[in-house]
Amino acid sequence: MSVDINTVKKVASLARIAVSEQAAERLVPELNNILGWVEQLGEVDVSGVEPMTAVIPNHLRLRQDVVNDGDARDRVLANAPQAEHGFFTVPKVIE
Amino acid sequence: MTDLTDLTVAEIRDGVAAGSFSAREVAQAFNAAVEAGRSLNAYIVETPERALAAADAADTARARGDLKPLSGVPLGMKDLFCTEGVQTTAASHILEGFVPAYESTVSDRLWQAGAGMLGKLNLDQFAMGSSNETSHFGNVISPWRGPDGKDLTPGGSSGGSSAAISARLCPAATGTDTGGSIRQPAAFTGIAGIKPTYGRCSRWGIVAFASSLDQAGAMARTVKDNAILLEAMAGFDPKDATSLDLPVPQWEANLSSGLKGKKIGIPTEYRPDGLDPEISALWDRGVEWLKDAGAEVVEVSLPHTRYALPTYYIIAPAEASSNLARYDGVRYGLRDLPENAGLQDMYAATRAAGFGDEVKRRIMIGTYVLSAGFYDAYYTQACKVRALIARDFEAAWETCDLLLTPTAPSAAFALGEKQADPLAMYLNDVFTVPASLAGLPAMSVPGGLGSTGLPLGLQIIGKPLDEQGVLNAALALEERAGFTARPGKWW
Repeated sequence: MSVDINTVKKVASLARIAVSEQAAERLVPELNNILGWVEQLGEVDVSGVEPMTAVIPNHLRLRQDVVNDGDARDRVLANAPQAEHGFFTVPKVIE
Repeated sequence: MTDLTDLTVAEIRDGVAAGSFSAREVAQAFNAAVEAGRSLNAYIVETPERALAAADAADTARARGDLKPLSGVPLGMKDLFCTEGVQTTAASHILEGFVPAYESTVSDRLWQAGAGMLGKLNLDQFAMGSSNETSHFGNVISPWRGPDGKDLTPGGSSGGSSAAISARLCPAATGTDTGGSIRQPAAFTGIAGIKPTYGRCSRWGIVAFASSLDQAGAMARTVKDNAILLEAMAGFDPKDATSLDLPVPQWEANLSSGLKGKKIGIPTEYRPDGLDPEISALWDRGVEWLKDAGAEVVEVSLPHTRYALPTYYIIAPAEASSNLARYDGVRYGLRDLPENAGLQDMYAATRAAGFGDEVKRRIMIGTYVLSAGFYDAYYTQACKVRALIARDFEAAWETCDLLLTPTAPSAAFALGEKQADPLAMYLNDVFTVPASLAGLPAMSVPGGLGSTGLPLGLQIIGKPLDEQGVLNAALALEERAGFTARPGKWW
């Protein structure tokens, strides 16, 4: 499988990264090089093998169902590029 | 009086406790070294006042008689650990100016243990790189130089940490290791570094790259210092779902370089055709050293080794593309809002302006291998091969206790040498990635100097939770290698 410029633009759009025409052109061979190289994994016989999800056996823990944080609005907003009236603000999304 | 910046962590700790010098004198000496070493670009932010404050607290504690395990020891902190009130950037533009309102668990443990902070250390952007050439804040330059005098890489991603320790700009530092980011820089700069078992150190408050692989660890000049630091860093943390709820062993107290009864495996597949003869010769010396320490050496096979790198370069970018989705220009970090742009345009513009080329490349690869129609062929396949790689190690543990390999396929290369070819750069991690995929503890120790006068490292890989075995074998190597070389001061 190899990618063309349209696929690169689509992937960039899915990843929410703006790419110029020139950048997309440059990325086509770069990504194809890497994808061509990782494709060798296809030759490994994995029949009957479960995909690995955890490297070290561990169990998911439960905790008490109690509130253990909160009341930190100003600290949460402290690094926001734009915050007004105690909210994160973004460009208008509804006309 | 000896130069305080030449002391190890153990010597500083013990010297402060004995009153041979004050913690303040130590902090002042390192603060001055950090300032004098700016041309190496190892630190992104310097925090001399924090180092002094911790030192004063240590001196007061000594007077009161309640010293802590790291009282008086100033450290460098990789700029991937969130530090409350001190800029944390992951060496990226998108987090430039980000000042966390909280402290990472690992750094907090170190401060609770009495350590002080000299500053935030440079790294590859979001820890993605093997040469420290992807930082938004510029390349870190290794204090080591070869005969041609070119600027060399300190390795990556923990290159600020490795350069600073090697140049005596800190006695020890934190690192993080996703595919070799502690071990390879340690090897390139003639220091030691350990990545513990996945889950030993909390990931909470560490800027995430690939969550199933990311693991914090220690970097210092000696094996003993690594044991001391790791003991303070490790431990259960309910805030990290993958944190192991196990007691932290007394690694320092149990250090022992006698390896009688231990079996050391030499993986056949780590000696590919075309392996640098110098690396091969170093490896052979390592074998002799471990035999001299009483160990029995056996050949083992890890048949899926050659698939480890391509597996890593699917899984790590896939997880990165998901983890880095959080940088959206809304909650923290950079916002790029072009005129009349809507929300989607703002996301795309922010991320285009805020991420470097290598980070974008990996996000794109990750997005592609996770996208509809390709998920099974790439991502699921990689997760299955990862299971086979882990099984190889499990099979090896039936015939041996530890593995000995080289850390990296070469000595440090020149800055710029491999930057044009991402694949050539990825191959640097060929010996370190397999242990990362299997979550195993692994450590690099200096083995000697190559023909160009640059350090080469040996790697010990251990069973899950056997950091003690790894440290002990590393100590046996350290004692026999007698590595005392240091970079000549040119900065």
